[in-house]
Amino acid sequence: MQHQIIRRERDVSFLEKQARLVRVEILKMLSLAGSGHTGGSLSAADIVTVLYFSKMRHRPHEPMWKERDRFILSKGHAAPLLYAVLAMTGYFDISVLKTLRKLGSPLQGHPCSRLLPGVEISTGSLGQGLSVSNGIALGLKLDNLSSRVYCLLGDGEIQEGQVWEAAMTAAHYRLDNLCAIIDLNGLQIDGPVSQVKAIEPVDSKWLAFGWHVIKIDGHNMAEILNSLDEVERVKEKPTVIIAHTIKGKGVSFFEGKVEYHGIAPTKEELMKALKELSEEGG
Amino acid sequence: MATRDAYGEALLELGKKRKDIVVLDADLSGSTKTGKFAKAFPERFFNIGIAEQDMIGTAAGLALAGKLPFASTFAVFETGRAWEQVRQTICYSNLNVKLVATHGGISVGEDGASHQATEDIALMRVLPNMTVIVPSDGNETKQVINAISEYYGPVYVRLGREKVPMVMPDHYEFKIGKAYVFHIGKDVNIVATGIMVSKALEASKILNNEGIDVGVINMSTLKPLDTEILLKAAKASALIITAEEHSIIGGLGSAVTEFLSESHPISIHRMGLKDAFGCSGRPEELLKYYGLTPEDITKTIKIALKK
Ligand SMILES: Cc1ncc(C[n+]2csc(CCOP(=O)(O)OP(=O)(O)O)c2C)c(N)n1
Ligand SMILES: [Mg+2]
Repeated sequence: MQHQIIRRERDVSFLEKQARLVRVEILKMLSLAGSGHTGGSLSAADIVTVLYFSKMRHRPHEPMWKERDRFILSKGHAAPLLYAVLAMTGYFDISVLKTLRKLGSPLQGHPCSRLLPGVEISTGSLGQGLSVSNGIALGLKLDNLSSRVYCLLGDGEIQEGQVWEAAMTAAHYRLDNLCAIIDLNGLQIDGPVSQVKAIEPVDSKWLAFGWHVIKIDGHNMAEILNSLDEVERVKEKPTVIIAHTIKGKGVSFFEGKVEYHGIAPTKEELMKALKELSEEGG
Repeated sequence: MATRDAYGEALLELGKKRKDIVVLDADLSGSTKTGKFAKAFPERFFNIGIAEQDMIGTAAGLALAGKLPFASTFAVFETGRAWEQVRQTICYSNLNVKLVATHGGISVGEDGASHQATEDIALMRVLPNMTVIVPSDGNETKQVINAISEYYGPVYVRLGREKVPMVMPDHYEFKIGKAYVFHIGKDVNIVATGIMVSKALEASKILNNEGIDVGVINMSTLKPLDTEILLKAAKASALIITAEEHSIIGGLGSAVTEFLSESHPISIHRMGLKDAFGCSGRPEELLKYYGLTPEDITKTIKIALKK
């Protein structure tokens, strides 16, 4: 495999194109697998694309590079998204994506760090990633490393108590090398978050817990880039980016649909979806 | 029919008869099938969101307020994430809370190890005051749900995701703590639970045809264990096989071994996950990968009988 150099590109149209390709890979692997989480992989695709193609310092050919920035996928069911960006930035061959969820594959239904270099920690049980991120951030500070930790959470996920325990820990230890990102797509499994169990007001909760809060449109590349720049200027406290997103984003018939949380596209749906994504590309 | 589907139906029926029944879930009511009850009795259904520890504590409170709570989510979260809430708040105070969890075992399939409960029986069995039940098919599940609603005390019921064949005879009546004997064999007896009962029955057919007298026992209640029947089986044959979709540490295999080693030591082979996590794959594929097919059972028996 060729060693890819991450160019840390800031060109918005380049990033939009990469995000479109990420979505294509997500849909293809899910459709082949026949099961998996479509909605939440698509809603966070733009954010994670910016992280891996632009913001994070990382070496796909040297996954354990000591000075790398870390990405923790706390909402582990969005594994296809993580696998897509890892493959596309050169951690492993893109052909491996078609083994998703199959017996013997390193691409488990939920990410497994034991099996796949590039995955920092196994996730899938919601609510545990922010605590782990805190631990890494504390460790980086002990070693005087300037690396950052980015942790992606679902909006339903923040119903877990451990998230708020971790929120308190991060503020207490003034973890300004930590950034939590909430994929605020408004939906969980049993319905809209507001109906299952309301989480609003989200921003004032994090503010009250001592965090710096930034609110963005999670599908606007410029806003994503700017918010991640702002994170680097905040001192003495952790930052949370509250990203307003659309579940299923990029495929019209998946967008905003509760039922596409945990089902994969059929062959026909895949064809239609790929057509939409290529038209968008012009 | 999957045992979780039977649960959904039984809960709905029970809800019609008893007004004190309340149901809690943690954002998985479609998968656990409590959604049926929720639709019929929205005022008696509480979705606690993705907050399993909170759900267990709330169920405890509802029990203290005189209700009969059924709390459901995936087995790995119900028993793992909320274990200490189950221990301290429910079992220590002996509260009348029914923990009915779905997605037990590796037959969960593609979601992988994070969603496959393979230590849940061990976690629940170790708790004082807890009753542990793993039904083998849909009809038995319905009977289990009715039976535990009539019983006072904490109960853990483990159900599966996948469709399973009906294995119990029509005349079968479930009683907490009573195993069901299909047959007591002179050469070997298989003590099984959950989906492994049907696999054990298939294995026994194969071996009976080859002249080996194989017994099968459905140990649907793992705690309290039916020691009377176990003793009978152990006295009839010099070999016992335990079969479960769970770690061989702490589950059915351990329960049977613990009892027999003190009361009637004989040779026991435990079939299950050998101190391993599950992984992604199709359910049937995984049962094969982890050595839990009827063919694996027959092979194990033949090797053990040669020794
Ligand atoms: C501890 C835990 N409880 C339950 C689940 C099952 N589950 C998987 S995804 C999900 C909903 C997640 O909703 P959200 O966090 O909003 O994610 P998104 O909308 O981004 O997919 C649930 C309940 C889980 N994985 N972990
Ligand atoms: Mg959501």
